[in-house]
Amino acid sequence: MSRDLNIKVHHLTRVEGHGNIVVNMKNGVLEKAHLSIVEPPRFFEAMLKGRSFHEAAIITSRICGICSLGHQMTSLVTTEDALGLEISEQTRLLRKLLVHGATFQSNVLHAYFLAAPDFLNVGSVFPLIATHKDVVLRALRMKRLANDIGDIVSGRAVHPITPVPGGFTSIPEKGELLEIKRRLLEEALPDGLETVETMKALAGAIPQFERETEYISLKHGDEYALYEGDIFSSDTGLVSVRNYLDVTNEFVVKHSTSKHTRYNRSSYFVGALARWNNNQAQLSEEAHAAAEAMGLKPDCHNPFMNTIAQVVEIVHCILDSVRIIDKLIANGLKNEKPNQTPTRYGRGVGSNEVPRGILFHDYTYDNKGNIVAANCIIPTGQNLANIDDDMMKLVPEIVDKSKAEITSNLEMLVRAYDPCISCSVHMLNVEFIE
Amino acid sequence: MKPKVAFFDFTSCEGCQLNKLNLENDLLDILKHVDIVEFREAMDDRADLYDVAFIEGSISTPACVERIHDIRRRAKILVAIGSCAVNGGVNAMKNLHPIDEVRETVYGDDKYLFATLPAMAISSVVKVDYVVRGCPMTQQDFLRLLISLVLGKQPPKYRTPVCVECKLRESECLYNRGMVCLGPITRGGCDAICPSFGQFCTGCRGLMDNPNLEGMSEIMTNHGISLEEAQKRMLLYNSNEVKL
Repeated sequence: MSRDLNIKVHHLTRVEGHGNIVVNMKNGVLEKAHLSIVEPPRFFEAMLKGRSFHEAAIITSRICGICSLGHQMTSLVTTEDALGLEISEQTRLLRKLLVHGATFQSNVLHAYFLAAPDFLNVGSVFPLIATHKDVVLRALRMKRLANDIGDIVSGRAVHPITPVPGGFTSIPEKGELLEIKRRLLEEALPDGLETVETMKALAGAIPQFERETEYISLKHGDEYALYEGDIFSSDTGLVSVRNYLDVTNEFVVKHSTSKHTRYNRSSYFVGALARWNNNQAQLSEEAHAAAEAMGLKPDCHNPFMNTIAQVVEIVHCILDSVRIIDKLIANGLKNEKPNQTPTRYGRGVGSNEVPRGILFHDYTYDNKGNIVAANCIIPTGQNLANIDDDMMKLVPEIVDKSKAEITSNLEMLVRAYDPCISCSVHMLNVEFIE
Repeated sequence: MKPKVAFFDFTSCEGCQLNKLNLENDLLDILKHVDIVEFREAMDDRADLYDVAFIEGSISTPACVERIHDIRRRAKILVAIGSCAVNGGVNAMKNLHPIDEVRETVYGDDKYLFATLPAMAISSVVKVDYVVRGCPMTQQDFLRLLISLVLGKQPPKYRTPVCVECKLRESECLYNRGMVCLGPITRGGCDAICPSFGQFCTGCRGLMDNPNLEGMSEIMTNHGISLEEAQKRMLLYNSNEVKL
């Protein structure tokens, strides 16, 4: 069909940050289909210069409110690598609990508040208060509990306070952890399973679209990797975190203030779907049952299913948090002081899986413990090239639909990645140019 | 009629907006008293006029300048929320380095591809009627202001430093743990949340109008901490205000 199509969505809604979608088709030939990132650059790498190791995580958590815990964790791991600071088993467990809480919170926020309105054809979660009040209340309840994990363990869910290099400035009480455990089992687990039912009912609205790509995530020998592991590519296997630059290969494109990345192909996918594809064998039976109920199969190549993979992770995080709390309490909570005596100075590299995918920080410290060079490579930035490649395949497949439908499909596609544009620039408007 | 309320974000992490979505227990009650007419992070709708516009983030590009003027024209009351909007916040640390060096650090040879300005407070560009301080702003502080505006009352002002609130909570002084804490000179209203969790005050609510600098330097001297170190710490959130 020799169609002319110009779409321009300016400041895409229900995503974190500012982006535009631009599509330009002339006589049936697709000339342009991309996500343009217009978020103002913030220059965190420049801000970090000269700052002390006590301040690095405070600054980098401000890259993004939604991902503040993730940035903080990666920053701490990076500083500890650079300064040779060992952490205790208790610190590792408390951090894993925080990562689960943040992943759970972020995935609930995305599935219910940002993505679900697409499936129900409304503009936001607010109209759903009248039509689906029980579902909205359930979402709020789950979010509250996930945020309470952050508030109790880290002092504050948005921009956590207590996690510092070498440990924690303050340790939660045993009673507080037991109360979280009770709520996880009595409230969150039933709510999580109800969420699976809700998503199963909505799954019919998920577009059928397939594009096989390279999936990159962390991988760990003993667990579904979130807090730690090595880099894993579905194309070529393991890479040490230390060599992350071999994987990311950042480059500047004119339509985005966030840099793009590529490894073995023109683009790669990071996030819940990549973790599912690479590590799903390490998930619990309950998480697998949830995936099966919602129609998520191993080696899924439909990017719209990322939201479903996030819901599977909600179930995983709830159950694994209970296991972590049991372990913390069995070990006996100790009022440890953080280990902040550097044993070396120099370069450190750290990586975690944050809700939107694999995150890298890389700092070099001078011998006074001040940063001389810093680099942060963010999940959404790594997904941008993949989103563009998806759009180039998707637009021709749906070109017979109305312009409104095409626009809405493209918005849904971008939202499925749960992009965090503040992070990536350190997004969304759809632009059809006619 | 319920007041029309809108939220806008500029150069920021959107954490202050997120803190509103995190008002899980109060969100439905809030919606009984105000109409949210624009909130890009959570909804599709857009409106033309606002009774109250809440602004998060700093001004840092020419496009930001145009957009904030447009919002100001259409807003009866404009409120800056969070330290990025109130005084530039952490964004303003980039202002300490030569702008060319800053661009080169991030974009290399493509440094002139994207326009950037020094990170500025909203009040550097348009009139700001009220502020909610902090990084992030606290939910309680936001609610106190929102309730005042809905009731047509003056919102509370904070005239004591974080240090006083910390004493009232009977938390251990962090100088005794060897930390550089900005509590003595930072505007309160946060209930000293960071020191209560054993972490130093970063000064995120901005400096007091008349900070007791003599008292502060006395504390420094007594704990053997160099003034330089404290000044450097002050730049974290107050680069646009502190002159070294």
